[in-house]
Amino acid sequence: MGTSLTPEQITERLSKQFGDELSVYLPPGERAARVAIVSRESLEDTLSFLQTEAGLEFDFLVDVTAVDYLHFDDPSIQERFAAVYQLYSTIHNHRFTLKTPVPEDDAWVPSAVELWGSALWAERETHDMYGIRFKGNPDLRRLLMPEDFPGFPLRKDYPLRGRGERDAFPQYLDSGPISSGTREEGGGE
Amino acid sequence: MGLEKLLGDNIITTSVNSVAKWARKNALWPMPFGTACCAIEMMATLSGRFDMARFGAEVIRFSPRQADLMIVSGRISIKMMPVLLKIYEQMPEPKWVISMGACASSGGVFDTYTLVQGVDQFLPVHCYIPGCPPRPESLLDALMKIQDIIGEEDSDDKADEGRENPEIETEEETEESASAEQGVAEPSGS
Repeated sequence: MGTSLTPEQITERLSKQFGDELSVYLPPGERAARVAIVSRESLEDTLSFLQTEAGLEFDFLVDVTAVDYLHFDDPSIQERFAAVYQLYSTIHNHRFTLKTPVPEDDAWVPSAVELWGSALWAERETHDMYGIRFKGNPDLRRLLMPEDFPGFPLRKDYPLRGRGERDAFPQYLDSGPISSGTREEGGGE
Repeated sequence: MGLEKLLGDNIITTSVNSVAKWARKNALWPMPFGTACCAIEMMATLSGRFDMARFGAEVIRFSPRQADLMIVSGRISIKMMPVLLKIYEQMPEPKWVISMGACASSGGVFDTYTLVQGVDQFLPVHCYIPGCPPRPESLLDALMKIQDIIGEEDSDDKADEGRENPEIETEEETEESASAEQGVAEPSGS
């Protein structure tokens, strides 16, 4: 078992390595976790560094998810989305969170599948819910919603009750709903 | 009829329909479609304390082709609804549906984009059970109501039209329906 590092120490190591490409966001509150923010271009290098660098060795990608900052009241946030990477090291027992801003009109980030296999489904789910494409993910189909679902439900501008999908979903448009009175035709002879 | 007097005490006369109904309602074979916490209550209803076997409905069939009572217990998402429908369509006639709990009946608290707001939009439901989840007593009550529905069904109801065994119908009725069909067929044929 190695020595576990605090988020501050990990951020320091990252700053030493990447310098200006990395900025650290400090949420208010004493117990809030420090979150490192990297640009989309340097994300792959940062993740790879976190995974392989001695002393850090984040061998477990806990989750990949995203945030939608629509109507978010913070001038420091420039882009609408952010992809979030939750990392954990089973060797050193420390955790780290990394964010990448993602613009709305060009919503993609590089995939982490090459580094952690567990990114495969996590990225599928994030794509399903937020519409962020993960370039390099070999199987970016929808995970939870039906394959032909039109929207991205966890975006803030998506209405909670949907846009009518639950009442008329395409699977039924050809056959129509079954009612007890009409479904006997053809079978009774 | 006076026939009973001739036959004595050892023979009961009745109509085949009544016997069929009696058999159907006292030997329902449920197809459990449990997707949420209601299914836990359904399992409790089947087990010893509540014992659905007392009402003849203990033979849970996980193959829809051997079942005639579907118990939709739990929330149904729009991705699950085609599956439910496919399973329902595989059940042989006559068949009945219980919509168990708030989610299956109305969507419940899940008034969201992904949940079907009541399976009765797509299935003919015979009995709704309120509750979140309902107590096993409610499910037993629904089962007894289904039994009442089966007992009250007319002979020309859909349960008989779509039957698997044509012989369970009285001779009189077969003749009647046959002549009625001819009556319809004649004008169109000439």
